[in-house]
Amino acid sequence: MAATAPVIKQSPTRDRALDFLAKSWAYLFLLAMVIFFSATGTGFFSLNNFSNILVTSTLVALMAIGQTYVVVTGGIDLSIGWTVGLASVISARSMRDLVLGGTAVPTAMVIGVSMALLVALIPGFINGVLIARVKIPPFIATLGMFGIIRGAAFLLTDGQQVVGNLPSELRDVMRAIGNGSLLYLVPGQGVVPFQRPPDLPPDVIRGISALLPYPVIITAVVVVIFAFILGRTRFGRHTYAIGGNPDAAIRAGINVRRHLIVIYVISAFTAGIAGVLHSFRFTAGAPQAGEVALLQSVAAVVIGGTNLFGGEGKVSGAVIGALIIGVLQTGLVILNVDSIWQFIVVGVVIIVAVLVNQAQEALERLRTSV
Amino acid sequence: MSEIVLQCVGVSKHFGGLTALNQVDFQVERGEIVALLGDNGAGKSTLIKCISGVYRPDGGQITFDGADITGHGPSQIRDSGIETIYQDLALAENLDVGANVFLGKEKQKKLFGFISVTDDEWMRQEASKVLDRLDIHIPSLKQNLVNLSGGQRQAVAIARAIYWNAKLVIMDEPTAALGVPEQRKVLSLVRSLSEQGIPVILISHTMQDVLEVANRCVVMRRGRVAANLPRGQYDAEVLVKHIVGVAELSA
Repeated sequence: MAATAPVIKQSPTRDRALDFLAKSWAYLFLLAMVIFFSATGTGFFSLNNFSNILVTSTLVALMAIGQTYVVVTGGIDLSIGWTVGLASVISARSMRDLVLGGTAVPTAMVIGVSMALLVALIPGFINGVLIARVKIPPFIATLGMFGIIRGAAFLLTDGQQVVGNLPSELRDVMRAIGNGSLLYLVPGQGVVPFQRPPDLPPDVIRGISALLPYPVIITAVVVVIFAFILGRTRFGRHTYAIGGNPDAAIRAGINVRRHLIVIYVISAFTAGIAGVLHSFRFTAGAPQAGEVALLQSVAAVVIGGTNLFGGEGKVSGAVIGALIIGVLQTGLVILNVDSIWQFIVVGVVIIVAVLVNQAQEALERLRTSV
Repeated sequence: MSEIVLQCVGVSKHFGGLTALNQVDFQVERGEIVALLGDNGAGKSTLIKCISGVYRPDGGQITFDGADITGHGPSQIRDSGIETIYQDLALAENLDVGANVFLGKEKQKKLFGFISVTDDEWMRQEASKVLDRLDIHIPSLKQNLVNLSGGQRQAVAIARAIYWNAKLVIMDEPTAALGVPEQRKVLSLVRSLSEQGIPVILISHTMQDVLEVANRCVVMRRGRVAANLPRGQYDAEVLVKHIVGVAELSA
C-alpha cells in the first residue's frame, strides 16, 4: 500500500505587471491625481498646499484607521462620526471650564484630553458588547449608537453648534499645537524649528510653509502604531482570522467576543483622537465635527482596498484612501469646480475602487483555478 | 498492530424519545482506517459527535489512549489528541498556510527585544515540514488559502491536525466537494496518515473511497452497529445491503 504523492500543479506564472497594477492602483491613482492637479491647477503644486492637504486629511485618516480594523472583521462602525464630535466637545468644554475655574493651562489640557479620549471609548465598548455578545448586526448597533452619541454631544453643548469662548491663554496653546508645525520653511531663512519667527513682513509670512505640522505628526504616529499592530502582531492576525472565518477563529481557541469588543474600542479611540485634534485645530468644540467625515472614512477604507465583507485590508490603504479624498477635494477647489461636484467625483472613485478590487480577485481566481 | 487507541463501549444517546445511539460498541486500532457508513439518521454523526465531545453520551464509556474521556468537552478532547475535520474545514481562507496551521497558537518573536510580533517565516517553515511529511506540495506557502484548490485546503486542515499531534483524525465526508483528481489526493493523504500510525475514522457516502482506503468498515443502522467487517470481507454490494438493512433479512 504505497502512498501516491499528491501532485499539485504549479499555478501558471504570474503576470507581474498586472498584479502590481491591481495591488497598488490606489497609490498610482493618488500619484496620477497629484500630477493632474499640479499640471492644471495653479498653486496646487506647492509645499504649502501639500502640507494643507495633509492637515485636512488627518481627520478622515484617523477615523479610517479604526474603521479599517472594524471592516477587516467584517463589520462597520457608523457611530464614529459622532464619537469625533463627542470627544471634540468634551475636550473643549472640560479644558475651558477647568481653566476658567483657575486650573493651569497645561494641567487643564492633560485632564481635558484624557477625559475626552476616555469618554470616547464608552460608545466603542457598548458597540462591541452589543455586536459580540448581544449579536446585534454591526450596522444596526452602530447606527443606534450614531443617534445616541449625536444626542449626547449636543446635550453637552446645550444644543449649541460650537463650544467656543475659550479663555485666550488656553486658545493660544491649543492653536500652537493644532495649527503649529515642528519645522517651518521660511523664505530667506531656511528651516526654522517650532514656531514662525515673529515680526516678518507680510509677503514673507505668506511664503512660509509648515514642513511638519503637529496634527500630521500625531496622525502619523497613530498610523504607524495601528498599522504595525494589524500587520505584524498576533492581535492583528486574529483580527484577519475573525474576518475570514469566525467559526475557524473560535475553533482555534481565539476569544472572538473579547476581540471584537476591543476592535470597536479601537475604532472609537482613533475617532476620539480625531475629535481632540479637531478641537485643537479650530480652538473650539463642535458636535458635528465628524459628521461628513464618517462616510469619507468608510470611502477611504474601501478605496484603500479593504474588503467590506471582511478578512482583507490594511491601515496604509486607508491612509492612501484618505489622501485621495483630500487631494480630490483640494484639487477640485483649486480648479474652481463647484463643491457639489466633489461628492459626485468621490462617489465615482469609491465605485471604481470596488470594481478594481473585484477585478483583481477575479484575476486571482482565474490564475489559480486548476 | 492490535493496539486499541479508541474504545467505545455501550455508548447510548437519546434525543427526547428518539434513540440515536443504542449500546454502540466501536473501536479503532493504531494506524487503522475505519470507514463509518450508514444511511442518513443511522447514527454515525451522533457517534462522531459523542467521540469528539460535541454531545455528551447518555450511557456507556469512551476511552482514548487508555484514559476515560466520556463526557469531556470538545476542546478538552481536541487537546487529548482527537481531531475532527468537518466538511467546512474551519480554515481562515484569507490567511496563508502557516497562519492557518498556527491559528490561535501563533509563534512570536521579539522585535528590538521587546515588541512581540508573529514569526511568519518560522511558521511557514514548520508548516512546510508537515506538508513534506504528508507528501503535499503547495506552490507558494505565502499564498492565501483562497487561492488553493479544495484538496490542498483539505491537506492544510490535515496538516494542522497532525502538527498539533493528533493521535486520531476523524474526517467527515472529506471528498464530498472535490473533483476526481482531488479526491485521489485526499485519499492518499488518509493513507499516509495511517502509515504514520495515526488512525483515521472516515465518514463517507462514497463507496469508492471506502473500498479504496478502508481497513475495516463499520456500518450503522438505526443507532446500532449493523456490521463490522475487516477488509476482504466486503464489497460494494455487501456494504449497500448492510446499509439499507437487506443483509439482516437474507442472513
